[in-house]
Amino acid sequence: MLFSKVASRRWDKGVEWAMVWILRFGGWISVLVTFGIVITLVTESGPFFAKVPFQRLVSDRMWTPLFADPQYGISALLAGTLVTTGVALLVAVPLGTILAIFLSEFASVRLREVVKPMLELLSAVPTVVYGYFALLTLTPLLQIVLPDLPQFSMLSAGLIMGIMIIPYVTSLGEDSMRSVPMLLREGAYALGDGKLGVALRVVFPGAFSGLAAAYVLAISRAVGETMIVAIAAGLQPKLTMNPLDSAATVTAFIVQVSLGDLPHGSIGYQSIFAAGAVLFLMTLGFNLAGHALRRRFHHAV
Amino acid sequence: MKPSSPISLGTNQTDAPSPSSVKVQVQNLNFFYGSHQVLRSVTMDVPALKVTALIGPSGCGKTTLLRCLNRMHDLYPGNRYEGSILVQPDGTNILGAGVDPIQVRMRFGMVFQKPNPFPKSIYENVAYGLRLQGVNQRRELDERVEKALREAALWEEAKNRLHQMAHNLSGGQQQRLCIARAIATDPDVVLFDEPTSALDPIATSKIEELIVELKKRVTVLIVTHNLQQAGRISDMTAFMYLGELIEFGETNRMFTNPAKPQTEDYISGRFG
Amino acid sequence: MRSEHFLENQKQTASRRKAIDLWFGRLGFVLMLGTLGVLAVLLLNLAVNGLSRIDWHFLTSFPSRKAAEAGVLSAWVGTTLLMLVTASLAIPLGVAAGVYLEEYAPKNRWTDFIEINIANLAGVPSILYGLMALGLFVYKFKFGQSILAGGMALGCLVLPIVIVATRESLRTIPSSIREAAFALGATRWQAVWHHLLRYSTGGIATGVILAMSRAIGESSPLITIGALTFIAFLPPAPLIAQPPFVSFEWLFSPFTALPIQMFNWVSRPGEEFQANAAAAGLILMVITLGMNGVAILLRRHVQRNIKW
Repeated sequence: MLFSKVASRRWDKGVEWAMVWILRFGGWISVLVTFGIVITLVTESGPFFAKVPFQRLVSDRMWTPLFADPQYGISALLAGTLVTTGVALLVAVPLGTILAIFLSEFASVRLREVVKPMLELLSAVPTVVYGYFALLTLTPLLQIVLPDLPQFSMLSAGLIMGIMIIPYVTSLGEDSMRSVPMLLREGAYALGDGKLGVALRVVFPGAFSGLAAAYVLAISRAVGETMIVAIAAGLQPKLTMNPLDSAATVTAFIVQVSLGDLPHGSIGYQSIFAAGAVLFLMTLGFNLAGHALRRRFHHAV
Repeated sequence: MKPSSPISLGTNQTDAPSPSSVKVQVQNLNFFYGSHQVLRSVTMDVPALKVTALIGPSGCGKTTLLRCLNRMHDLYPGNRYEGSILVQPDGTNILGAGVDPIQVRMRFGMVFQKPNPFPKSIYENVAYGLRLQGVNQRRELDERVEKALREAALWEEAKNRLHQMAHNLSGGQQQRLCIARAIATDPDVVLFDEPTSALDPIATSKIEELIVELKKRVTVLIVTHNLQQAGRISDMTAFMYLGELIEFGETNRMFTNPAKPQTEDYISGRFG
Repeated sequence: MRSEHFLENQKQTASRRKAIDLWFGRLGFVLMLGTLGVLAVLLLNLAVNGLSRIDWHFLTSFPSRKAAEAGVLSAWVGTTLLMLVTASLAIPLGVAAGVYLEEYAPKNRWTDFIEINIANLAGVPSILYGLMALGLFVYKFKFGQSILAGGMALGCLVLPIVIVATRESLRTIPSSIREAAFALGATRWQAVWHHLLRYSTGGIATGVILAMSRAIGESSPLITIGALTFIAFLPPAPLIAQPPFVSFEWLFSPFTALPIQMFNWVSRPGEEFQANAAAAGLILMVITLGMNGVAILLRRHVQRNIKW
């Protein structure tokens, strides 16, 4: 008698059951997308890797898979990615870290609350706009100082990319520095240390794995960035470590080939998936490392 | 490590309520969080239309026992019950396999440690439980919301702002709103989990008056670690320690002449 | 004697520390202004070069070989339609995934895997979403180089943003609110639908706006699936005169979008085309920064109004 009072329970139960499955499906979609990416990269680049011996990927000095006499030296693409990423990090790591220390330890709460979201806008700017800026504004400016700088250069693209990834370093870095307990700071202050001393000797080490996560995620961003390098760094693969040179990155190569006519199953089609597979492996490594570092940091604090 | 029943029925026989007026019979209840046993063979008969207080030091399992009664533990994984909890007069075992915990919760109201009104209007807070039970007619809702607010002694303060946000009320008013929300659906039992621990003394005494008033209509169980509070408002008191029910009896007798040494130690403030 | 010397020493180090702190504070402030200055210069540059190009003609004309006659009509229509597809994919799925992970999922290895997977997905370069869309949507599902394929690629791209925003927003709701609903006899879905989703709408909306602003500015996934840069026609209209009055033909139409159009103009020689690029860039910047601004204000508003 007691429990027969509520009649609508059967309907509620049906809804509950249906919603669990709908929501669960939503949770699985993210896994499906990953599988979609991995499976597409593997199957579409499969013919390429079957045709090209591993030996040639490593030993060739040029990357010209679309030529009549193809060369498959992936290092020519990796060099471009490495140099542009390196330049970007030279900008973003020092600048981003100083800004993180400044915002976390020196700035007033009000200043921080205004500045942090404004800095984050830097990573919201469409990358094609950054590319435009690098090619048409920064490069001419740099050419005043470096007259030999070509129209397309890894330096210019890398510098702008560095600006773009500053918020990744600053935001994440500042978050982790601020989660270092006040008690630790007070311990150092009580010994008579100054603000910068406390920041460098107590806060920085305390937040290090959080900062390291920020650096690693910034690297991943830079390695995967496409439009800035495609517009400003050049589209010709070239095995060079000179940032004043122009060279294509892994991502720029994909754009360059995509811009042309690209029949399904052609060698060009296969080669961009091969480049994509390489890119995926690189960023996957950085992303997992960054994720692990972040987790470790949250456990430690 | 089979737990032996800690209560000897012999000493408590005089206090035991007569069978006709028992509302909830807890029988040999064991409760586990994963492999950790929190309740050990608890047996007690909760009398109908009385206030029963659960007291004991923190971690003794009193809140756990309270939350067994409306199956709140089912919400979290790894929890396990053993034993039975019979609800009279029909004798349904609410731990039984065929029983839907949601229906149990519809018959057992609950009021929490901190006031937790929904961020909705006062009216919608009280009406929510009714809506869940299929009451949709505006007139009936209006009537029952008013009745519940009156019973919770909040009507005079709230009647002119029924459609304002509940968060604009003071802490004590919010807790009375939560009581109104819990009794609006005419539950058989209302469970209070330290309902005044976040309130000031004046708000506390209002809630206490309310609870005493409530027992005319519903059976009340209240967890409290304020012994004075238990003494002021409860008819029956259960003293728990380390997951066991040490002693259960009439409040007056428990406070003046406890049968067990642990009870006496706790009540006289020697531990806890 | 010794203690005096000692005190003198302390004084010196203390004042040196003060000076260092002062200088570092100034350095940080200057660098902060400089970094924000880049953003200002960027906007100013686009405005100086592009503002004069933006007029009614520019917004209502198709691209053209003559820079002065070219416009962004097909580009902004394409972007709008893409966003329709992206939003209708990413919002329901992202919110569902967030609710599932936060409110339903048991703590086990599979859930851990999904979490790591989402964290990784958020860091996958956008161009790889383009490659997936090219292999899967364009060729395997045979959607062609269409608005549908492009919108789905962008939808997958921003899915993690919506998921994370939903979860964070749900996490700010104290568990006592959930328990209050359950104690009254609500099912889990009723607690989600009647309470949790309503109380987290602001946070979810913030995430959705950020996600859409990201999608609007993306170009590389669209380039990979072969979005055309020169489109001098509009997709079929979604509303038609004959029953059933709605048409989904536009989903399968080729398209261009604002960032693609801008990219096309950037890569052409000639200052006139660069002015067009600046104009398109200015429009893009105003949209994305505007959306981000709205998101920031909304987040503030939500945080201020929470009184748990």
